[in-house]
Amino acid sequence: MSALTREETEALIQEVLEVYPEKAKKDRAKHLTVNDQSIEQSKKCITSNRKSLPGVMTIRGCAYAGSKGVVWGPIKDMIHISHGPVGCGQYSRAGRRNYYVGMTGVNSFGTMNFTSDFQEKDIVFGGDKKLAKVMTEIEALFPLNKGVSIQSECPIGLIGDDIEAVAKKTTAETGKPVVPVRCEGFRGVSQSLGHHIANDAIRDWVLPRREGKAFEGTPYDVAVIGDYNIGGDAWSSRILLEEMGLRVVAQWSGDGTISEMEKTPFVKMNLIHCYRSMNYIARHMEEKYSIPWMEYNFFGPTKVAESLRAIAAHFDDKIKEGAERVIAKYQAMMDEIIAKYKPRLQGKKVMLYVGGLRPRHVIGAYEDLGMEVVGTGYEFGHNDDYDRTIKDMGNATLIYDDVTGFEFEEFVKRIKPDLVGSGIKEKFIFQKMGVPFRQMHSWDYSGPYHGYDGFAIFARDMDMTLNNPCWSKMTAPWLKKEEPVAEKEAA
Amino acid sequence: MANIMIQRGSKTEYVFYLPKRDLEDDIVSMEFDSPEKWGGEIKLNNGGTYYIDPQSKPAKLPISLRAKRLDAAE
Ligand code: SF4
Repeated sequence: MSALTREETEALIQEVLEVYPEKAKKDRAKHLTVNDQSIEQSKKCITSNRKSLPGVMTIRGCAYAGSKGVVWGPIKDMIHISHGPVGCGQYSRAGRRNYYVGMTGVNSFGTMNFTSDFQEKDIVFGGDKKLAKVMTEIEALFPLNKGVSIQSECPIGLIGDDIEAVAKKTTAETGKPVVPVRCEGFRGVSQSLGHHIANDAIRDWVLPRREGKAFEGTPYDVAVIGDYNIGGDAWSSRILLEEMGLRVVAQWSGDGTISEMEKTPFVKMNLIHCYRSMNYIARHMEEKYSIPWMEYNFFGPTKVAESLRAIAAHFDDKIKEGAERVIAKYQAMMDEIIAKYKPRLQGKKVMLYVGGLRPRHVIGAYEDLGMEVVGTGYEFGHNDDYDRTIKDMGNATLIYDDVTGFEFEEFVKRIKPDLVGSGIKEKFIFQKMGVPFRQMHSWDYSGPYHGYDGFAIFARDMDMTLNNPCWSKMTAPWLKKEEPVAEKEAA
Repeated sequence: MANIMIQRGSKTEYVFYLPKRDLEDDIVSMEFDSPEKWGGEIKLNNGGTYYIDPQSKPAKLPISLRAKRLDAAE
């Protein structure tokens, strides 16, 4: 099927909206649009970061998920207490696959779940005492922890516990950082506010800790910010930066440590991968410590080369040469991969619906493989994300914000993409519909996808999914009519 | 009054950022832009206008300021 024209796409949106009641229809219409590259400001065509409609299936998370799951969780040598009832932490435990090196339970705690396990009694009488007790137990059981963060779940804000006081008291006792984070799930419309709250907590409780202390810097110090090391992403990015001659002082926060974060105010440049979840802290560091920041994109060889050059442009000739050397070194390997997979994937259409940075960042990687992204959308993007997306997407492609389960299914039925990339909640719906699917949050148990090494895996995975023989077996043998004859002829 | 941030831009000299609304836009004109007097009415690329109290030019950017909205775009 050829791509839809602008009119057809607009008609499609109208058709899908038809089932909603009048008010919901009006609201949802603002979140769906047909891309027009000539528009400068996304606000003119799409509304984002608004409360989801009651009654529709949204795919968003809560502020606690944004703080504990995304920003704080991957800091491996800290213990992150899911403060409140046990479920929020337990059901999200270790699902994100942010890899780390270390001994789990000894000096790293990434995949473990710590909770204060609130009971009725704690809700009625307050949980501060229990929290203090949890802290003492943590110190006794896991003495190698480098600090604790208190990630509030919904009840904490509702009953008005003073977690800041407990945090201050415990810090005074242990000398380790204890960070209270007010990321109760009911705050904000999605996990996005959780990222902001988490950034603010880092700003207030972590960054000032080493102010004025000595630091042996080099002119090539950088921090990688907003890479969560999903399946090893940060590692495959970091080696490229190091190969070109930069010194990566800190990794935020995949495979990161609290001391790396404390040292970040000393770096020369902040490199931001996930703009959505970490731009706040980058802006803060720019103002307070005069550290410039830039966004980069390590998906697919075209964008990697572009980004390496853009990063090098901020440094001297040594780094610029380094960047060229790295690009040249991997060129042969990339050519080989593209030669192998492009013929198998050429012209295939992809629809995406993810969060954070991927709805726009991965477009380049698909294009390198000759594929085309025909629809994209963010779970919790803001206007500034859509501003950046409009240019990356083709004209007359579909853009959807906080898409509902129903809309997404209808779009896929009509646009008939060859591949859908979204989260685990969507995966089985589409697979049952017979549409090849990749889980693009945690790379479907694969990865890394960043950097040159990541692209090799990305290309293989896309091929493996798209050209899997199972997709031709979607009709039961007795319902098939023509094909056996054709097969005989071919034999 | 809203908290805003003024940064250096690549296309224009200054970029306006309003965190509350995730509005990031180029500043096309600023009423006063001299070392002694800086600020006043600022016009954004999207048509909005804001007002910041004139002050001496900040030594470094970005800077967080309070601004009054005179006329937001749509
Ligand atoms: S919304 Fe509240 S109760 Fe639900 S997961 Fe988030 S913090 Fe927990």
